[in-house]
Amino acid sequence: MTKASTTRWLALGLALALSFPAAQAQQAPIKIGELNSYARWAAFTVPYRNGWQMALDEINAKGGVLGRQLEIVSRDDGATTGDATRVADELVTREGAALLFGSFQSNVGIAMADYANQKKILYIAAEPLTDAVTMAQGNRYTFRIRPSNYMQVGMLVDQAKASGAKRWAIVAPNYEYGQSAADVFKRLIKERVPGAEIVAEQYPALGKIEAGATVSALEQAKPDGIFNVLFGPDLTQFVREGNTRGLFEDATVLSLLTGEPEWLLPLKDEVPEGWTVTGYPWDEITDPKHKAFIDAYRAKFKETPRLGSLLGYMVVYMIRDTIERAGSVETEAMIKALEDAKFDTVVGPVTMRGIDNQSTMGAWIGKLVLKGANGGMTDWSYKDGASFMPTEASVKAVRKD
Amino acid sequence: MDLSFLAIQALNGLSSASSLFITACGLTLVFGVTRIVNFAHGSLYMIGAYTAATLVPRLLELSFGPVTFWAGILASAIIVGLIGILIEVLLLRRIYGAPELFQLLATFGVVLVVQDLTILIFGPEDILGPRAPGLRAPVDILGRRFPSYELVLIAAGPIVLGLVWLLLRKTRFGVLVRAATQDREMIAALGVNQALLFTGTLFLGAFLAGLGGALQIPRVSAHAGMDLSIIAEAFVVTVVGGMGSVPGAFLAAIVIGQLQAFGILIFPKSTLVVVFLLMAVVLAVRPYGFFGRPEVIGGTHAVGIASRERSPFAVLAVLAVVGILAALPLIGDAYVLKVATEILIFALFAFSLQLLIGVGGLVSFGHAAFFGLGAYGAALAVKWLALPMEAALPTGLLLAALGAALVGAFVVRLSGIYLAMMTLAAAQIVFAVAFQWVDVTGGDNGIVGVWPSAWASGPTAYYLFALALTTAVVLLLMRIIDAPFGYALRAARDSAARAEAIGLNIRRHRWIAFILSGAAAGLAGGIYAFSRGSVDPTLLGIPTSVDALTMLLVGGIQTVTGPLVGAGVLHVLRDQIMPLTSLWRLVLGLSIIAIVLIFPRGIVGTLRAWQEERA
Repeated sequence: MTKASTTRWLALGLALALSFPAAQAQQAPIKIGELNSYARWAAFTVPYRNGWQMALDEINAKGGVLGRQLEIVSRDDGATTGDATRVADELVTREGAALLFGSFQSNVGIAMADYANQKKILYIAAEPLTDAVTMAQGNRYTFRIRPSNYMQVGMLVDQAKASGAKRWAIVAPNYEYGQSAADVFKRLIKERVPGAEIVAEQYPALGKIEAGATVSALEQAKPDGIFNVLFGPDLTQFVREGNTRGLFEDATVLSLLTGEPEWLLPLKDEVPEGWTVTGYPWDEITDPKHKAFIDAYRAKFKETPRLGSLLGYMVVYMIRDTIERAGSVETEAMIKALEDAKFDTVVGPVTMRGIDNQSTMGAWIGKLVLKGANGGMTDWSYKDGASFMPTEASVKAVRKD
Repeated sequence: MDLSFLAIQALNGLSSASSLFITACGLTLVFGVTRIVNFAHGSLYMIGAYTAATLVPRLLELSFGPVTFWAGILASAIIVGLIGILIEVLLLRRIYGAPELFQLLATFGVVLVVQDLTILIFGPEDILGPRAPGLRAPVDILGRRFPSYELVLIAAGPIVLGLVWLLLRKTRFGVLVRAATQDREMIAALGVNQALLFTGTLFLGAFLAGLGGALQIPRVSAHAGMDLSIIAEAFVVTVVGGMGSVPGAFLAAIVIGQLQAFGILIFPKSTLVVVFLLMAVVLAVRPYGFFGRPEVIGGTHAVGIASRERSPFAVLAVLAVVGILAALPLIGDAYVLKVATEILIFALFAFSLQLLIGVGGLVSFGHAAFFGLGAYGAALAVKWLALPMEAALPTGLLLAALGAALVGAFVVRLSGIYLAMMTLAAAQIVFAVAFQWVDVTGGDNGIVGVWPSAWASGPTAYYLFALALTTAVVLLLMRIIDAPFGYALRAARDSAARAEAIGLNIRRHRWIAFILSGAAAGLAGGIYAFSRGSVDPTLLGIPTSVDALTMLLVGGIQTVTGPLVGAGVLHVLRDQIMPLTSLWRLVLGLSIIAIVLIFPRGIVGTLRAWQEERA
């Protein structure tokens, strides 16, 4: 053991000594910091890490950016606000990261936005979906790639009009993301569907649902429409109980994110068919550029892509474009390069709207269906985010900057 | 609200109660015999669920049918039982005589180890088990559909209760278990093979935990994090029912199950706090739960700092250490200062706990409550009252002191393990409030934007600020430890009866110690909030309490400077190891176990022992 490790150290020293002239000839790599909930939300974040790793490898194989290699220093954000800002501080002060990206939970996203504002460092919120990240708590240092709750719920509510459902029940995890989605839904359903009312609301603590009691409490209100925001283990339990008790049989169900493979696959053959969801129908995508990404991903990792994979891949390419256009890794230059910038991504052109730092990336809307042993999406379409964004007036009304 | 709905909701509550009882029953049996509060019980439950969710589908592929399913559940429970034996033989057997604090910590070390091992073995994704063959279809009850598997679960609780009752009443093993629960020393004196009895009890306890977990797989997916959520509930059940009492656990589980089922109708957003409030109410009225009995006096063995003459160089040493620390900004970069600030904060936190444990002999297992109250008090003052840091920190301190006064008033009536459980309950109540009172505390989001005033916002300035506060408070507490008040606390720790006989008001002394300690921890929490810029409920969680205890233990519980050194060593290690390996929980858990077994005196204690040997 001791011997082996001594040899290893010697080898490392030798390698360093030999590579030193070469390393000096090249410039030091550009370091960017990444943090996400790799332990708590592995189902989403591990494919996401694969995605950004793949983009990183491709970029560096082509010579990096600004003639320098790109390096991503990745950490676990512990899925809590305190741990995340602590890790962010480590990435910035010890590792010297030029910018930060990542995080999963919405509450962590808000804490990171606040951190970015305080320390004046660029933060790209890849996943956190709450509106607050780009609205009330938004600031000039924080940018978001994925469509916000307002945008995704807006797409779903448009689908709800046709169903004629009027008595709606809401079930959502009791933290920032769920609360934000439920608020938006309440507002939009009343605006866009005349006569709609909310007849029941359940907010189980994240990861701690009492599924049986929650389902019968919803059932009691006899809703003809259900809006679901649960995901992960909560969703699995909720669907199983709901299926058994027939909760979904006579109701229109709108559900955020359930069509994403990361949350759909654990349901196995108990997929609640007919739910209208946002998701990622990767298996039916034909657009050549997007298809090429999916094929390359499957070849490289021997597994099917999740939405996280796509997101991780897109974000790193957008970061590369930003740094290239900024010509440096100065925070101000990068902010200028991001605002109102157009990016050519795997899913098509995406614009980063300058007024709220929200990208126009869209989402796939469709219905859940059982395909063999697992669930998938059918009857789907890609909705571009641009037409679902909050109006400029509403942004100006809540943003403090 | 019609009758059929109420009936269904009551059935929902009963099925949760059954699962909870099966798990808690094992915990209470193990406590009754071994007097160890087994934190790892939740881990055994989690292993049971993971094992069953992996094993049962494989068995069903071989032959599909109810027999295979139930055999798989039983096999999983037996596997967990065997793991229980392993834990008893390797670890628990060595610490039966140790102070409660060491036992609690050792089993928490097991929790950490199991968390990482579970992810290593079963993978990071949640595993949803198969449904029970033959029980897939719902049954019709008063015109509503109810899962038939839940009916089986409802029956399982009383069946287990009956079997355990038969075992305890009709077998020799049961007689011995009951005898040991009543008086451990007596049955040892009568020549009963204790090793065999304890191993058997651990098998039974672990088997029940595994069974509780395995029975969950058709309704709950096996996931990391099951362990701590069930152990908190199982503690509530055992404490409310009376520790060591099986029928008590059954009754408590039913009450809690119903409370949860109907609680979500009345307070859909405060399901967690309801349970812990019940516990507080029950303990306030009946300090030993429904069917528990008071602890035998003298059954506890407190360890703590001894009285010793102060070295003549002490003042010089303090000056030198403070001087060196104050010079740190000259050489350290921003990150080093950040880590140093955190070490100072944790040192103060651990030191405040030393006043309770080392000096007062009061094992607080919920010290995070006061740390978190201080942090939340400061953050709430910033958010709601828009106070600057200078005013927010005292607000946090005040809130923590008030919290400590309130909790202390209940806690000082108890001793030993009941005291530890009561402090844990208090911490969990505060946690639940912070977690679910979203409108005020921000819930899971916590509160962001808690940044220091401009003059203290740089890393150097904030470090020096933290250093000044920490030094002042630690010196003050050291003075208190050496004052007559400190001696009185020590007297009460070493012999409550004698201390009382010479006229000391033990309860009042302990109560004041609680307030002082809570206030100091609250100050640490407040400084922490401003160093991070945010607060969140994890500051109040079980792991934070364990952090403080571990620092105390690493440094040495019988020394005054131990917690300070322990905080430094533990935090530096964590800072260095965490980026290197994702298995830091495993490393930390094994270290805790090793310290409990090999160096119970900690770093400073061991050094001092060497010194004294040489002298």
